[in-house]
Amino acid sequence: HEKTYSYPLDIKLKFENKRVTVAFGERDGVCIGHVLLAVNGQPLSYDKLPDGRNVFDFLEERENFPVNLKFGRAKITTNEKIVLASMFYPLYALAVQLSPDQGSSGILELVTDTFKLNSSQTLTGVKFIVVADLKQSGIDQLLEKIYELYADYALKNPFYSLEMPIRADLFEQNLQVAIDQIEKTGFI
Amino acid sequence: MTIHNLYIFDRHGNLLFYHEWVRRKHTSMSKEEEAKLLYGMIFSLKSFVNRLSPTVSKEGFLSYKTSAYRLNFFETVSKLKLILNTDTETSQSEIRELLSGIYRDIYVEYAVKSPMVVPGEMITSNLFRTKLVQYVQSSHIYKAN
Repeated sequence: HEKTYSYPLDIKLKFENKRVTVAFGERDGVCIGHVLLAVNGQPLSYDKLPDGRNVFDFLEERENFPVNLKFGRAKITTNEKIVLASMFYPLYALAVQLSPDQGSSGILELVTDTFKLNSSQTLTGVKFIVVADLKQSGIDQLLEKIYELYADYALKNPFYSLEMPIRADLFEQNLQVAIDQIEKTGFI
Repeated sequence: MTIHNLYIFDRHGNLLFYHEWVRRKHTSMSKEEEAKLLYGMIFSLKSFVNRLSPTVSKEGFLSYKTSAYRLNFFETVSKLKLILNTDTETSQSEIRELLSGIYRDIYVEYAVKSPMVVPGEMITSNLFRTKLVQYVQSSHIYKAN
């Protein structure tokens, strides 16, 4: 969502979570929660332009306008992926605790209005989590396939250390093949 | 089609109402603690889903399923939260209709419009409980047992 704005800026910005976010003034596809990604084509680092100036000061001055601003959803960083995955663990366990019926497992499927999440746990407690489109079928087979690939290309790999991120080309290649197959045909 | 239990929370996380139909496993904590734990879990799930979503979502978290039950979540614009645990087979769209019906026909009629109900405190009205149980038990989901 890139647009040119004139002074004064209608959209109210705030600095939150190390990012410049839209606090008020939703219009033209720019929603609350969107992050300011670039000013005049130059990407922002936290709240500073590449030349070091603070973006809030920059947007206060009339002579800097008209300015081209790009808004969008914040990109998810690798760190955040790790945080989110770790957040899933206790939620998975809580589902067992709060169960109204005997013998419940953890969260196997999570449905929202924009995506669904499927998870599968092995006997050793390793969890595989797939985030997919609501209409995607065959995810249970995909999860089983990924377990096979993990056993073959990660665990049997002499250069792979347990508990570390997997950096095996064969794993990623075969994973991509499995994903392409399921996206095209709906089953493996 | 089994309906296990229902929780109603207000926007601040206070438990307003609880009713159970079929529950074979209880937690070892008090009702208040269990409610707080459940509310905390829902809160974390909502923010988890919001962050993970590929596009800006309107309703966010809707339900989750385990091997034994499905937890269905319904939130109104005024942040009133209805949580219903059912079995895993019942259709989600039917449950959604049931939940919105519970809000529209029971909560609004017998809780919001009742002069005896204090916001933020548990609903003690017997009429509310009777009407709710009647509504749920006359629904298509409950009958298909």
